[in-house]
Amino acid sequence: MRTEFANDAQRGWESPAALQGPEPSPASHTGHVLPDRPLLSITPPRGWVSLNLRELWAYRELLYFLTWRDIKVRYKQTALGVAWAILQPVVSMVLFTLFFGKLAHMPSDGIPYPIFAYAGLLPWTFVSTAVSGAGDSLVGSAALVTKVYFPRLVIPVAAVCAALADFAIASVVLFAMMLWYGVAPHWQMLMLAPLSVTAALLAAAVGMWMSALNVKYRDVRYALPFLIQVWMFATPIIYPASIVPERWRWTVAFNPLTGVIEGFRSALFGRSFPLGEMLTAALITLVGLVYASYAFRRMEREFADLV
Amino acid sequence: MKPIIRIQGLGKRYKIGERVRYGNLRESITNSLTGTMKALRTLGRNGNGRSADEDSHIWALKNVDLDVMPGEVLGVIGRNGAGKSTLLKILSRITEPTTGRVDLYGRVGSLLEVGTGFHPELTGRENVYLNAAILGMRRSEIQRKFDEIVAFADIEKFIDTPVKHYSSGMYVRLAFAVAAHLEPEILLVDEVLAVGDVAFQKKCLGKIDEVARGGRTVIFVSHSMASIESLCDHCLLLNGGVVQAIDEPIRIISAYLRSQSPTDSGVKGLVSHPGRRAGSIATMTAVELSCGGETTGVIRMGSKLSIAITFCASQAFRPVPGISFKTAHGTPVFNVSDRFARQLHCCRPVTRGTIVCEIETLALMPGTYVLDLWLGDPTHDFDIIFDAISFEVTPADLLGTGHLPPSSLGPVFCRANWLLS
Repeated sequence: MRTEFANDAQRGWESPAALQGPEPSPASHTGHVLPDRPLLSITPPRGWVSLNLRELWAYRELLYFLTWRDIKVRYKQTALGVAWAILQPVVSMVLFTLFFGKLAHMPSDGIPYPIFAYAGLLPWTFVSTAVSGAGDSLVGSAALVTKVYFPRLVIPVAAVCAALADFAIASVVLFAMMLWYGVAPHWQMLMLAPLSVTAALLAAAVGMWMSALNVKYRDVRYALPFLIQVWMFATPIIYPASIVPERWRWTVAFNPLTGVIEGFRSALFGRSFPLGEMLTAALITLVGLVYASYAFRRMEREFADLV
Repeated sequence: MKPIIRIQGLGKRYKIGERVRYGNLRESITNSLTGTMKALRTLGRNGNGRSADEDSHIWALKNVDLDVMPGEVLGVIGRNGAGKSTLLKILSRITEPTTGRVDLYGRVGSLLEVGTGFHPELTGRENVYLNAAILGMRRSEIQRKFDEIVAFADIEKFIDTPVKHYSSGMYVRLAFAVAAHLEPEILLVDEVLAVGDVAFQKKCLGKIDEVARGGRTVIFVSHSMASIESLCDHCLLLNGGVVQAIDEPIRIISAYLRSQSPTDSGVKGLVSHPGRRAGSIATMTAVELSCGGETTGVIRMGSKLSIAITFCASQAFRPVPGISFKTAHGTPVFNVSDRFARQLHCCRPVTRGTIVCEIETLALMPGTYVLDLWLGDPTHDFDIIFDAISFEVTPADLLGTGHLPPSSLGPVFCRANWLLS
């Protein structure tokens, strides 16, 4: 939908005091002075859509409330509660260590395998939870989408934000493990912040695109878990990128998560950063994000009629 | 005065089935393939593939022009599928128009459903915050109104209980309370009052009335003619997506009820009526309703109603008629029968004739009613027809105040004198 905001931000418009006025009769005047230009014009969509980031900003409180709801509701009526956020990557780590580390003798770039695996699993668990949560988010919010207007982008983005909470909790385990293995903190760890942001933006890009497609094609619901699994094996989580033959290395780098996860490990263990992979990851994430948000905005028009 | 909402040439077209089905990838791929094939074929034959395309679309709303003045309360009525909800959905930006333009000169709040976004696992308090944010309230605004909202819903004790443990009444009360405290300049309301118990419905109507008196503009979609009549300054009648009329509520409502005619036109042949339960000796052949000498299926409440029943019989008998009034749902309202009134008791036996029953003042609330007819002699029933004919009672300002009790409170109208000592 193409909307024009004549006034500053749509919601910057506080209800005028005149509304509480004592006027008893509706037929008489309201005392509310109408603006000269319409506050909002609704017209059929034509041409290209705008991202309308200003409107998104105006709805930041809704984003906050939806994220807060997702976090609150996620572990309601579970016996273990928030422990699940830790349990999932930890159990995976134990299994991977057992099967790949101990039995298959997977190389791990000289890092103890458990912490090697966990350093990969932590961002991976975040991305996969965020993407699968966001993918289902729009269809799951059908009741909202058909009854209230707000920028629909808020819904998948809230799902990604909610996954961030799990990510933060699971990080605690990582730092505990680092203490255990005697890895000293150092300046390279500062890189963790931008790398996490890249992971979040990447998850948002894929998540919003999938969620929009899911509204129109419910195939996504079945395809997505499978795609996520493929993505996991294509990403150096159980194995280091270094075991990929040199001439195939570029295909691995094409996966933006490679840069993120290899960067994560380098930051944690004080190795030199794989700059090429990290830059590729940042670039692909950026392009993906722009593409996904435009695609989302374009498909957004039909959501209420399709969902 | 300048309108606060200006609607020009508004239209919305749906692909048939679009609302019901969602595509899957395979279908969409095959469709686009066959579409291309068809286009190629028609290109070769130079035929027109347009009509098929037009057939598969439906205009839910077409060429709507409308100005709503600030402070106006506009009712929107029309049968299902007339485009009422589509209009509200476009105004609240949930869906987009296909043609036309809407200019809004005020902040819009829409209330298309009570409790949008309520989550069963969250407590009442948490849901108030969430729901209010969804409806467009700011956090500071919610904090300021929180106590008022809880008091309106009357659930102070349970505010920290998850709403999944609420009774449906409590749930609806809380949800409406949040919505009722929205303060946009333009409020769009869709049929949300059809929930909750009668007392709460009244409270909701009162709140909407208060909002309207406060000078805000309200567009109100409802199937409840009584609420439309009591709340609205003007009423819009939609039919098949087109604006049919806009006028004072009372006129629009009676025009609508007349046009809608799920009721009979006031006269009905009974010879082969499906509702016949018995039939011997005598047969009722027709029934006719009239008001002021005119045959009609729409009767203004409080006016005089005549019911004429024509009958014939295989042998002469002393006719004893009876008529039962029922609501559209089949609840009996009252019965008039000469078996008890005994006014025709002394007449001579006949083999054919017409019995006229006159009801001086039809004390029924607006709504649809159905008649059961009986005909017999002083000892037996010869002919019984259930649901013989239906008719509509339209509102009238019998109390002289412009208000009537809602029909949901009971089908009988009764005047009372109120004294205070």
